[in-house]
Amino acid sequence: MFLHQHPLDLPTLIASVASDDRGAIASFVGVVRDHHAGRTVLGLEYSAYGPMAEQRCAALVAQAETTWPVRVALAHRIGPLAVGDAAVAVVAAAAHRGPAFDACRWVIEAVKTEVPIWKRERYRDGSEAWVDPTAPAGVHPTGSAT
Amino acid sequence: MTTRTVLLFARYAELLGAASVEVEIAAGATIADLVAALRALPGGASLPANPVVAVAHAKADAATVIPEHAELALLPPLAGG
Repeated sequence: MFLHQHPLDLPTLIASVASDDRGAIASFVGVVRDHHAGRTVLGLEYSAYGPMAEQRCAALVAQAETTWPVRVALAHRIGPLAVGDAAVAVVAAAAHRGPAFDACRWVIEAVKTEVPIWKRERYRDGSEAWVDPTAPAGVHPTGSAT
Repeated sequence: MTTRTVLLFARYAELLGAASVEVEIAAGATIADLVAALRALPGGASLPANPVVAVAHAKADAATVIPEHAELALLPPLAGG
């Protein structure tokens, strides 16, 4: 399971890939930020195409573990999150730091482009928007036909 | 013609007002035909001309012939991570 309704636990993820022969553990934690495109963010909600997202996450982890001599742990939150909450965590453990850093970076970048997860942000002015990295403004207003 | 269910998510679900819709497609129809049928639904005109369609959990291009029984889903631009 890569998608989680409950807070992510980094120590547990680290423990899941650590071993006596892996002397390097690199981790990345994506955290809900308090601003986006000049607006104050109060919180957000992640939704996902669950079965495809689980399958894509498993494939990315498998690909990273094939490309580098690493073990990878990956977890992504779903549901409502507040500013400061951990949204995604990647941990890569290897014998040495090079592949650990490389695999960790590759996995988080791939999660952003491959895994069907969506983010609806809630702003201080009371409005909400769907985050769209491909849109010029970075977001689409909710409930709008444009 | 067969009736196929298409799963909708996030902004696209909001545009069409449902988490899934049913569309009629002909035998041998492609992803492009499916998108045309979706764009003809109420609210569907707001969909982009070439939205990402997943067939059995994999992205499919416009020329792909829709296989029988595979799960179909329309994916808005991804925003995870």
